[in-house]
Amino acid sequence: MWKSLHIDPKKCTGCLQCEMACSVEHTGVINPSKSRIKVFSFETEGRKVPYTCTQCTDAWCLNACPVDAIRIDAATGAKQVFDDVCVGCKVCTIACPFGTVNYNQDTGKVQKCDLCGGDPACATACPTGAITYVDADWTGIDRMRAWAAKANTAVAE
Amino acid sequence: MGWNRKVLRVNLTEGTCKAEPLNMQWADEYLGSRGLATKYLVSEIDPMVDPLAPENKMIMSTGPLTGTMASTGGRYTVVTKGPLTGAIACSNSGGFFGAEMKFAGWDMIIFEGRSPKPVYLYVENDKAELKDAADLWGKSCWETEESIKHRLQDPLVRVSSIGAAGENQVLFACIVNDLHRAAGRSGVGAVMGSKNLKAVALRGTKGVSGIKDMKAFMKITTEKKKVLADNAVTGEGLPKYGTQVLMNVINEMGALPTRNHKDVQFESAGKISAEAMHEKRPTDGKPQLVTNAACFGCTIACGRIAEIDKSHFTVVNNPKYWGASGGLEYEAAWALGAANGVGDLEALQYANLLCNEQGMDPISFGATIGAVMELYEMGVLTKEQLGIDAPFGSAEALARLTEMTALGEGFGKEIGQGSKRLCAKYGHPGLSMTVKGQEFPAYDARGIQGMGLAYATSNRGACHLRGYTVASEVLGIPVKTDPLVTEGKPELVKAFQDATAVFDAAGICVFTSFAWTLADVQPQIEAACEGDWSMEKLNAMGERIWNMERLFNNAAGLTNKDDDLPPRLKTEPAKVGPAKGLVSGVEKMLPEYYALRGWTPEGKPTAETLERLGL
Repeated sequence: MWKSLHIDPKKCTGCLQCEMACSVEHTGVINPSKSRIKVFSFETEGRKVPYTCTQCTDAWCLNACPVDAIRIDAATGAKQVFDDVCVGCKVCTIACPFGTVNYNQDTGKVQKCDLCGGDPACATACPTGAITYVDADWTGIDRMRAWAAKANTAVAE
Repeated sequence: MGWNRKVLRVNLTEGTCKAEPLNMQWADEYLGSRGLATKYLVSEIDPMVDPLAPENKMIMSTGPLTGTMASTGGRYTVVTKGPLTGAIACSNSGGFFGAEMKFAGWDMIIFEGRSPKPVYLYVENDKAELKDAADLWGKSCWETEESIKHRLQDPLVRVSSIGAAGENQVLFACIVNDLHRAAGRSGVGAVMGSKNLKAVALRGTKGVSGIKDMKAFMKITTEKKKVLADNAVTGEGLPKYGTQVLMNVINEMGALPTRNHKDVQFESAGKISAEAMHEKRPTDGKPQLVTNAACFGCTIACGRIAEIDKSHFTVVNNPKYWGASGGLEYEAAWALGAANGVGDLEALQYANLLCNEQGMDPISFGATIGAVMELYEMGVLTKEQLGIDAPFGSAEALARLTEMTALGEGFGKEIGQGSKRLCAKYGHPGLSMTVKGQEFPAYDARGIQGMGLAYATSNRGACHLRGYTVASEVLGIPVKTDPLVTEGKPELVKAFQDATAVFDAAGICVFTSFAWTLADVQPQIEAACEGDWSMEKLNAMGERIWNMERLFNNAAGLTNKDDDLPPRLKTEPAKVGPAKGLVSGVEKMLPEYYALRGWTPEGKPTAETLERLGL
């Protein structure tokens, strides 16, 4: 069973622990500038939104890569960049409609979320449950439950 | 190693930026941030220097836990000689600026001299340069941040800046970073303004790479975050209500200083409380509070993001204030509200927005307005002078005087000198609710006796963040003590002061201490930093930092006579509430405090004390 990163921006406080954890997991350094997940702050609306790759089934980045450096991890469904194959041409960064695959000047390769091999560090680090790692077929289950709870109340009345 | 081992020295007179190695001997003795920056300052400046002269220096410093996975590890400190107090000024801020300094590869930035023209410092990793800020001068902190991001074409740059208040050298001007976090107290913004330094813009992509044992560090910081999450104050109260959770609590205790400390309870406290910020307004059906927000790496997220009522008279014609922005914290809500008798939550938020926008400490500003209103009611200050009728409770006066002070208009220039100078000038020095020239925060020394001593002895003037005995006297952390008695308080104050100095020096937020003791911080420092970091060493360090600050103040001309409260708190008893009939027992507590500190009856550290602490 594959799982998906599920993001609930309402719960995000903008603390950036996800960015730190991501960078530590992938580079061994606490360095949000090298994180594959990014929290955006919309100041005048008071909104914070974590954003990262949603692992498209028919992935633009994977299809665009001229050297087949992006492949599917069968265990997790993650579209994974193989650094030893990637030539840093950045075509995938142009192809991705969401901007979630990006070039890394330090390595000369592109980087994107790889779900940390099935135990995403961002979800583990998130203190508020804004980022969770849930059944890929049921990412809407919490929202469904919330609506279901309301429906139930209405019937009871 | 939690440090980058690198200091940036910026000489504003000459326009130079130089890298130098961090003094690791000092890092071992003073850790970082407040401790280490103060060590640098006291070693480099003449304590008698005029705080606004080029000879004063200003240091922005991180700690070894700044920019790390340690919860709340985003703090940075500004240390300088303060213009409001003439004492050490040491103001600490959250947001994201501090962490960025670490990511750019620096531990601290030392500013010297005075630039001949307005400049801002731009640091991109190893590269540091002073850039022309002529067109930024006169702009608010908000405009400055936006403008710098735009001209650098870099939305990810982090900015600290001064607004009109700092430029005009309002003596309680602050330095604002990330739009609504601030190194707030003691007028550090005025020092920055005196140096013609408009802003500091940072961009770091190097990260913190030197953690001694990353695996152990991740494990211990994760464990300690759980302690914060499971605690009723840091896990529930602060995220939901912010520090404003205290408004009703402190009011019920009869310890909410009201109308320039004439009263100890405010009849409209409920209207300016956390609960009120959650209530839907009749005008637009929305509560003032939009959400909570965290500073860098923080598990608590006490920050308030609020939206002012668009139909309120203060902003109805001014859409720039309509969006969500930094909301009222307890100290600001008290100073802008109860201290002036103003119970209009929207007016307080307007004043709060202006303080953020133009870089002004809402505590000192609000408390000074309290004195202005009392002088007005006595007939000492008039409508002609002020430009507006200013009785206690006037939201209109609060709003107008905030604009005037922030922008240096009319009588606002005099308000910008703080209540000590203002009250002295108009012949009523006793009405200035200050210690060492700095205004009190939101706890009455008659109803919370320990705080009276904490205020009197705070090295940066009246302040709640140097020894927050409220934790014990009100919240029972770590143990409940009776707020109405003086017994045991000298010991309590000293313990809080010393421990807080270590929290500050580490680069974390003092709010963690609602759930953490020093024993929770110690293993995080140990996993991050090379060397021995025993509890004994940290305890001694806290005391060392405290005494170092005290020595500076003594050398700057302050004496035991400055460890005193205004006569009102010592002679006018609380009129109502649990503290009814009480005055502050500060004079009873001081001798015992000095003795516990190993100081002479004149408040000077003895030779034995200095030797014991390695000073």
